[in-house]
Amino acid sequence: MSLFSKENGEVFKGPLNLNNPVAVQVLGICSALAVTSQLKPAIVMGLSVTVITAFANVIISLLRKTIPNRIRIIVQLVVVAALVTIVSNILKAFVYDVSVQLSVYVGLIITNCILMGRLEAFAMQNGPWESFLDGIGNGLGYAFVLVAVGLVREILGFGTILDFPIIPDAAYMENGGLYINNGMMTMPAMALILVACFIWVHRAVNKDIK
Amino acid sequence: MEHFISLFVRSIFVDNMIFAFFLGMCSYLAVSKTVKTSFGLGVAVTFVLLITVPVDYILQTKVLAPGALADGVDLTFLAFILFIAVIAGIVQLVEMIVERFSPSLYAALGIFLPLIAVNCAIMGASLFMQQRINMDPASTQYIGGIGDCIAYALGSGIGWTLAIVGLAAIREKMAYSDVPKPLQGLGITFITVGLMAMAFMCFSGLKI
Repeated sequence: MSLFSKENGEVFKGPLNLNNPVAVQVLGICSALAVTSQLKPAIVMGLSVTVITAFANVIISLLRKTIPNRIRIIVQLVVVAALVTIVSNILKAFVYDVSVQLSVYVGLIITNCILMGRLEAFAMQNGPWESFLDGIGNGLGYAFVLVAVGLVREILGFGTILDFPIIPDAAYMENGGLYINNGMMTMPAMALILVACFIWVHRAVNKDIK
Repeated sequence: MEHFISLFVRSIFVDNMIFAFFLGMCSYLAVSKTVKTSFGLGVAVTFVLLITVPVDYILQTKVLAPGALADGVDLTFLAFILFIAVIAGIVQLVEMIVERFSPSLYAALGIFLPLIAVNCAIMGASLFMQQRINMDPASTQYIGGIGDCIAYALGSGIGWTLAIVGLAAIREKMAYSDVPKPLQGLGITFITVGLMAMAFMCFSGLKI
């Protein structure tokens, strides 16, 4: 089977839309809601999860014939925990401020359901290359939702994109304008409602999703 | 004593696992269909929290913290692996104990018991505990001993139970409502949780 065959293309593209991990499979909701108050942590989190899912999938897929069935959950957790430790230290070294903002949610990638779900459902049955594509696809599908929610919350809540102001200063109330930032958007509750709207639109467009 | 009560009450209402930090969301959404099963899961989560947080606290202060094991040895980078191993081990142990001594509870909890190992609320509580050790002792969130750990774990568990039972009760009533088709199921549940989270925001100024 060639590396870029049609089946492999489907494995990669499915999670980006029709089989999206957050909107359809309902996996990895916790962090999707918690880190999206601004765009930058959302992007960093999305990329970290993509990298970790891809490599955890490859490692488990290589080991899948040697892992005894009874202890597979612990083996999976240890592999993921080791990868998360590496990523967490890399984040601390290169983007310290974002790593402080993400706080415990980097460590919580270990218990992110996307990882366990994909390891159990895909990597345990498939070869390393397919698993790698599946990991990247699911990670990007997750990152897409994060970026979409993060973008809306940052624009409406802070009036900026990646800390770059897009609402002119003169438009603000304190400078004599009519505009004020919507403080509600920075609160956790609005993340839930925005994800609900995302799911609503997604299902209204793709009518066959149950 | 005052600090215990304040920590306990704040972790139920203000620092609620679901509404403030979104921890344990996956099982929260999947299991909250009936009040009975969600109450069972809430009790199991509280129980596991009550054991894992103090055990992880002892590990953190006696083994992992800089200079705890030997001078100049800093093992904090091992925290993730060690914490998850402790949690997976304790969940396995709890499963065996419950199966041996209370088969009826074991049957009622079913698949949810082993799944608690990958519930982010459990791991999250341990990681927050690790953060709070280094806080200013005057802060209401400070954790400085086993007693504080137990108060924090109990409060977080009860807060989680409160949230899941509340949502399950609303969803039971909502079964008869006329919801737009694309919003049915997942979408409307998210909006309900969002509104509940807004209600819980009222507690944020709570001081004891």
